[in-house]
Amino acid sequence: MSTRTIFDKLWDAHVVRELGGGWVLLHIDRHLLHDLSGPPALAEVAERGLRLHDADLAFSTPDHAVSSKPGRVATTFPLGGKLHDALSLRSNEMNVRMFDLGQPGQGIVHVVGPELGIVLPGLTVICGDSHTCTNGGLGALAFGIGSSESTHALATQTLRMQKPKQLRIRCDGVLGPGVTAKDLALHIIGKLGTAAGVGSVVEFCGAAIEALEVEERLTLCNLAVELGARAGIIAPDDKTFAFIKGKRFAPAAEAFEEAVVHWRSLASDDGARYDREERIDAAKVRPTITWGTSPEQVVTVDGRVPDPANAKDPAQRDAMIAALDYMGLQAGEPIAGTPVDWVFIGSCANSRISDLRAAAEVVRGKKVSAFVTAWVVPGSENVKRAAEAEGLDKIFKAAGFAWREPGCSMCVAANGEQVPPGKRSVSTSNRNFVGRQGPGARTHLASPAMAAAAAIAGAIVDVPEISGVSS
Amino acid sequence: MNLQPFTVVAGAAPYLPQANLDTDVIIRIERLTALARDALGPFALESLRYRPDGSEDPGFVMNQAHFRSAPFLLAGENFGCGSSREGAVWALRGIGIRCVVAPSFGDIFFSNCFQNGVLPVRLPAEQIRSLAEACRGGEALTVDLERCVLSAASGPEIPFMVDPLRREGLIHGLDDIGLTLKHNDEILAWQRVDRQRRPWAWSTVTRL
Repeated sequence: MSTRTIFDKLWDAHVVRELGGGWVLLHIDRHLLHDLSGPPALAEVAERGLRLHDADLAFSTPDHAVSSKPGRVATTFPLGGKLHDALSLRSNEMNVRMFDLGQPGQGIVHVVGPELGIVLPGLTVICGDSHTCTNGGLGALAFGIGSSESTHALATQTLRMQKPKQLRIRCDGVLGPGVTAKDLALHIIGKLGTAAGVGSVVEFCGAAIEALEVEERLTLCNLAVELGARAGIIAPDDKTFAFIKGKRFAPAAEAFEEAVVHWRSLASDDGARYDREERIDAAKVRPTITWGTSPEQVVTVDGRVPDPANAKDPAQRDAMIAALDYMGLQAGEPIAGTPVDWVFIGSCANSRISDLRAAAEVVRGKKVSAFVTAWVVPGSENVKRAAEAEGLDKIFKAAGFAWREPGCSMCVAANGEQVPPGKRSVSTSNRNFVGRQGPGARTHLASPAMAAAAAIAGAIVDVPEISGVSS
Repeated sequence: MNLQPFTVVAGAAPYLPQANLDTDVIIRIERLTALARDALGPFALESLRYRPDGSEDPGFVMNQAHFRSAPFLLAGENFGCGSSREGAVWALRGIGIRCVVAPSFGDIFFSNCFQNGVLPVRLPAEQIRSLAEACRGGEALTVDLERCVLSAASGPEIPFMVDPLRREGLIHGLDDIGLTLKHNDEILAWQRVDRQRRPWAWSTVTRL
């Protein structure tokens, strides 16, 4: 008890009751609901004759199945319209604050939570969405749950849980010029594998993490689930507090100062114990892109598609052969120069204002390749408005990008927006699974700058070759 | 809700050895936007069960006659990783799966199984391969949750670990919400104390 990790502290502070056998009732401070997982969970509460335990701690917004078409309304994608209406009806009925289409606050749940100050350091945050781990970038304990657990939390404001294991990933040194949090995340997943974090909460720490801006930390924690981890977490610091100050739902004035005192006490104590520790040399991270159908199948942008002959075991070899076949790639070929059909800049990994600025910087004054369909889907209504106020939309549109409405869009393709079968996409999202962006779609995960460069070049390319800036 | 108590399940056990079989592959997102939870079965693992033209792929193990209504799935590492969609479990239930055996599972999928009367069992890959071998021709596998053992007709009983509370819940089809609400006075008391301890975590959640 004397030395504790940040996760130990958050866990201990939320245990309402021990249930025996290592189980506890854990208090949930914030519950986010979206149009796909929200309606069934809310409906089940109602159908069982239960009521929301604390409606004020729940927030809803449609993101998964809403069209991103400019000028969209709820029914632009008809199936999404039904889900939207169900979310709206239930939210109204059950007194849950909803941020609807066109309102500041609408957007991808994991973009909206931090941007509105709904998510704060030290809180427990859940959502029926595996990328809820994004919010750990602020120092919250945030994780995804299924529909049944969502119902449980709505009705009881708690979850029945066993304490996960703890993995610490220390990132020493500094990221090189032009190397982003996305590259760091893909590098780590490539090195440790997609099952490294199973059953664990992963804490990211070290000089390279402290040097990250808050939005970059959200990107890194977003990909914690692709390591298999339930949650990612980064100790909050002055950058975090500055980010939160003045946000719409954040504590203000004295309450804010009081909160900061508490938040400063959250960082892991020296000597705190972890179940597993890994170290990453940030200086060695290069701009990275995925080549296969799992986020662990990565290659540096100046590298070559790996050869299954070099796999560590038969299972990995078979997975590599299947991935090469699905992706239409040849082992040993340079990844750079691979022609691209679609570019998607968006998703809870990379759709915040800093992501759009980075992409716009590459795009400014250039033209999207005639062979590429390129989209920018801002993460939220607020991001969209901020980007437009800076003129980023004009830069994208002048280059030939479509500038669209906020939501998950082509990351998860739940709204009818799909990469066509066999087409190759460079995407700033977080999953390159088989069929993720549409049946037969071939997805390469990359940073916003690299995705923007691919749109201009019409092929996978290292950013400096497009921007002229040497890295 | 509607949990079928789980004691002994026996039947065929097809083997899907690929690692990282994610929940996007188990059930495609557009099926979740379009269909009710009890209508997902026909679309479970559709990119593996069907060819691009919509016809069944006769080469896929679960399409073989003796595996068609199998209650088991023998799987590879990190099964059910990725998206939190509980529809992945609903879809597997929809084709009759009651027990998935894998070396490891995606965390959220693992929890979701118990919520829907499906038993996820962790076993070393080596043991799963032997079970797969013993059940290759459709021979029955049996799981006894009371005794926590798995056995193929031709082989020894293989013990497995399952959390006692989870086991209890499956065997009796218990309702977690009902159990938790028995502690509601304690939840409310905890909240009253917490409002004093962390006012900043509560006071700003107002209707602006």
